[in-house]
Amino acid sequence: MSTEPQSVGTVTAQRAHFASPLALKSGAILPAYDLAYETYGTLNAAKSNAVLVCHALSGSHHVAGVYDDNPDTLGWWDNLVGPGKPLDTNKFFVIGVNNLGGCYGSTGPMSINPATGKRYGADFPVFTVEDWVTAQARLADQLGIESFAAVLGGSLGGMQALAWSLQYPERVRHAMVIAAAPTLTAQNIAFNEVARQAILSDPDFHGGHYYDHHVVPSRGLRLARMVGHITYLSDDQMAEKFGRRLREGTHKFSFEVDFEIESYLRYQGDKFAGFFDANTYLLATKALDYFDPAFEYGGNLAAALKRAKAQFFIASFTTDWRFSPERSREMVYALLQNKRDVSYAEIESISGHDSFLLDDAHYHALMRAYFDQITL
Amino acid sequence: MKPVLDRFDLAAIANWIKPGESVLDLGCGDGSLLKYLREQKGVHGYGVENAPERVLACIKNGVNVLQLDMEQGLTGFVDGQFHHVVMSQSLQAIRHTEKMLAEMLRVGREAVVSFPNFGYRTHREAIARGHMPVSESLPYEWYDTPNVRFFTLDDFEALCGARGIRILERAAFEDGQPVTDNPNLNASLAVYRLGRLQ
Repeated sequence: MSTEPQSVGTVTAQRAHFASPLALKSGAILPAYDLAYETYGTLNAAKSNAVLVCHALSGSHHVAGVYDDNPDTLGWWDNLVGPGKPLDTNKFFVIGVNNLGGCYGSTGPMSINPATGKRYGADFPVFTVEDWVTAQARLADQLGIESFAAVLGGSLGGMQALAWSLQYPERVRHAMVIAAAPTLTAQNIAFNEVARQAILSDPDFHGGHYYDHHVVPSRGLRLARMVGHITYLSDDQMAEKFGRRLREGTHKFSFEVDFEIESYLRYQGDKFAGFFDANTYLLATKALDYFDPAFEYGGNLAAALKRAKAQFFIASFTTDWRFSPERSREMVYALLQNKRDVSYAEIESISGHDSFLLDDAHYHALMRAYFDQITL
Repeated sequence: MKPVLDRFDLAAIANWIKPGESVLDLGCGDGSLLKYLREQKGVHGYGVENAPERVLACIKNGVNVLQLDMEQGLTGFVDGQFHHVVMSQSLQAIRHTEKMLAEMLRVGREAVVSFPNFGYRTHREAIARGHMPVSESLPYEWYDTPNVRFFTLDDFEALCGARGIRILERAAFEDGQPVTDNPNLNASLAVYRLGRLQ
């Protein structure tokens, strides 16, 4: 157990094809689809050591390791997943999957619509967190995994872990819900709406069929990402990281970059707009907005969580104002009312919502301890 | 090997909890009591802790732990949710004593508390010599103690009487041995099982 933490090394993505139609929550039907995924570690003979890692808004199936020995391609949760790491691939068989509607290889708005022979674009059906989970469950079926030792994720990924425990109570032994919430607040939805309006009002959006015009609404996507980034960081962290520092030491009296924070946001926005698909962003933010397991229970979260059978690990971060500790506590108390096993950690951090991606020593010690006590 | 509790007050508390009950342990430390109760009595329990390293210790011990600030009250818990709400050697470190006792008896059908007796003979002797007591049950200097409430067994029982809290059972100890003769003077530590007056 005491091996030095290592990288999973070079990995390759795989693709699974699903030929049977998928009925979505909206009523739309997706006739067939592909999911891109990666796996790390080895599935044991009893198939009892599988762990599903769900990604957040802009994540992918590339959770750990690198492509072609290129260190620039490091997986988004590589600090957590690997031999000797908190989610130890010597013990667990870890799966990362690009969600339906994604832009990293799974069927999404950029894919060809078999009905028209053209890219789906705006015609890609609106999907929900529950639809993602259904699609992931079919991947588990294909891999011969009856139940997961754990399903986990941060932020929107945590919502998927929660949804898994409700949709497939028998298939999840541990649900690890990190920096998440049982629903978005009005403020959260408001930020998402600003992000969507930025994209929708970009002249290059073309009603979502921008591929046909050989353009991308990069200005809108850039703005959307800039707004998002503000909400992922804490005020304290921004003050520490940027403060009022000037890019070039002087006020320019223009709309050029004066402050470091402006430079940072522009850089992040440009980078993101260069590779992420605007339609995927629109749809994924809607999936976030719609997520509300208590909706059919008159807003009673405890009633909604009654179906869950998993043991839960819930964690929040003190400076996360996008998915505040208070929202995690709502889930904790709802699980308590149902007498479910649950542990809850409120982790001291200055890094806001993004904390769940960082390798804080205490946070990772908690994750390691929790994974260690999971029996296979 | 049968696991044992290394603190006799925890052993006394464990004796009062019946197999299969549900327990909330406030200030649960590393979760030893909950682990013992689960393994020996099939008790389903949760601990509450606010210190990060103790939360981690609980997770290592495989017990449910909730990182919450007890001083904020137990507002998220519903009435009568647990058979027993336990607070071992923490009541003296809680500022809102009355509110805490009321909350324990709201959330639990019964409450169990243990605390050091400030009226213990050696403590009185220390005061008589002109110094605040430092002992096995009160191991802190006055300037670094986490304790914020200083009371004796008689003080505690008077509060219970005044607030409609029924004392169902009491066990008092000195050096781990039971004390029956004048416990307010002779016991260094006491454990109470409490209920509400009907």
